[in-house]
Amino acid sequence: MSHLPATPGVGFKPQHFAAILQDARPVGFFEVHAENYLGAGGLPHAQLTALRADFPLSLHGVGLSIGSPHGLDRDHLTRVRALCDRYQPDSFSEHLAWSSHGAEYLNDLLPLPYTPQTLALVIDHVDQVQTALARPILLENPATYLLFQQSEIPETQFLQAIAHATGCGLLLDVNNLYVSEVNHRRDPWAWLDAFPLDLVQEIHLGGHATEDLPSGPLLIDDHGSAVADPVWALYAGAIARQGPLPTLVEWDNDLPDWPVLTAEAARADAILRHAGLAHAV
Amino acid sequence: MTAFTTLLGLGASLACALGAMAATPVMAQEMEKCFGVALAGQNDCAAGPGTTCAGTSTIDYQGNAWTLVPAGTCTTMELPAQADGTARMGMLEEQMRDLPA
Amino acid sequence: MPSDHARFTAAFDAALRGGPLPPGVTGPEAERRFAVYRNNVAVGLSAALAQRFPVIHRLVGADYFAALAASFGAIDRPRSPVMAEWGAGFAAYLAGFPPLAGWPWMADVARIEHARGVAFHAADAAPIRPERLATADPATLWLGLHPSVIVLSLHHAGVAVWAMNQPGATPGPVPAGPQIALILRDPSWSVPVTAISPADAAMIAALPNGSLTAAAQAAQAVQPDHDPQPLLLHLMRSGSLTDTETAP
Repeated sequence: MSHLPATPGVGFKPQHFAAILQDARPVGFFEVHAENYLGAGGLPHAQLTALRADFPLSLHGVGLSIGSPHGLDRDHLTRVRALCDRYQPDSFSEHLAWSSHGAEYLNDLLPLPYTPQTLALVIDHVDQVQTALARPILLENPATYLLFQQSEIPETQFLQAIAHATGCGLLLDVNNLYVSEVNHRRDPWAWLDAFPLDLVQEIHLGGHATEDLPSGPLLIDDHGSAVADPVWALYAGAIARQGPLPTLVEWDNDLPDWPVLTAEAARADAILRHAGLAHAV
Repeated sequence: MTAFTTLLGLGASLACALGAMAATPVMAQEMEKCFGVALAGQNDCAAGPGTTCAGTSTIDYQGNAWTLVPAGTCTTMELPAQADGTARMGMLEEQMRDLPA
Repeated sequence: MPSDHARFTAAFDAALRGGPLPPGVTGPEAERRFAVYRNNVAVGLSAALAQRFPVIHRLVGADYFAALAASFGAIDRPRSPVMAEWGAGFAAYLAGFPPLAGWPWMADVARIEHARGVAFHAADAAPIRPERLATADPATLWLGLHPSVIVLSLHHAGVAVWAMNQPGATPGPVPAGPQIALILRDPSWSVPVTAISPADAAMIAALPNGSLTAAAQAAQAVQPDHDPQPLLLHLMRSGSLTDTETAP
């Protein structure tokens, strides 16, 4: 379960460490990828220990490959558990995706068809992860570029069913939802209407790139720019319905200077505060 | 030189080394000074790759390393002269001839 | 018998490697859309390797490196989601890659760069206190080495090539002869690379196995006039000497 504050946070990058130390009011929390902190020691742990002392922390897994048909990597799970024990994060989250084939890791979040068979598989894997980590996790909706004929279950229902069966929470990535629905020529607002917002415990925001296909734009979830206006609008809509939620701004490629990132966080903060006032009334 | 004097000389040298190290209180100061530098992210090149949960809009360069020729600084860095005194030249030509058909 | 999903992911993976699209993917733009995943994987792995081996990247140039990463990645994919741990086989791959036979020191540089990553992420250990050294007897002082300390016996002058390709340095002719590289992580988290003598290497190898005097003797067995002081000072300043039990 997430114990993150309902404030804006950002993905931590080592390049920003000095600026963070000098910032009187940086952000509400930091999120890091678990896989980047599985070394034995050195600078990464020194920085994360320093951050953890002053800020709530979210650990975000990118390599558990929950949608893989070949079973979870037990060694990797054990290492992630040790990391959770060491840093006691306020939240642990992963993706509805697969990223390994056999023993090989592909370094990308790959899509799966939504069928009763894959639903049962993911439920089993989420159960295993939660048992191994001794905590409920959050599961994130993916950005997708393809649909599969064999998919029978809408993505929103698929995620809801996993949460109901396993007790996991959901991480709503608003940019992912926008990227996917635009790519599939569907209405992002309809996806949001169908999504169980009451199960959401964290929100992700990030930038995307745009390519042109004959049928229209192909959006790529590259986390390499500011959050787009339609994504802000969807975010404000979700927060207006559900109230303030922990909100992470992700920026992983073409990393900006710290003030640019905090400006994005401040924009989220304004939306959260506005909703907080509305919900308080 | 007898084994005894060797040991004696070594002992003096080591004692000197230990004294020099103990008399050089570098640790605490350097730690503090360099911590600030390191925290600015200047040592990241040894950190190696991080993971990503994002895609990329950078298009892969689909070249073939078997047929391309390196174009970085190695082109200006040649092997030392061979034992027979001739410099090792014409590496590219040799390499091209070695290519599989 | 593999499940439908196992067959699907196997077909997807084959398509990432250039095979036909996986089952169920249709439509006029399916190829272009699938190419996003193919591109993500290719660029992601190539970029990861470039971050681990920045000098190799500089030596061969960006385009060549991307092609090299693709050929290496095709036979030696990451075995763990911890990307920083990928690339242990890259030096051996370079050593056996015929098109690079004209640059035989390239594999040495890759070994150095891989070792730097290992040292960067190595376990922490407190260095020995200077005052403890001051009062110690070398004949009974038993020092340990910081977990980041790595010594590599290279086939060529790999340390020189590495150094000539650091920021601000100018590449030039490669010196003759093999070198031995000392790699460690210092208190500022930097991971310097220095060339050391065979006697220095013998002393470092002997340090964890006996007294300081015994280690110095091991160095003198290689080089009779070896002076242990410069190496000891370098290790001490780098926080690479740790305190262990005094030898009996």
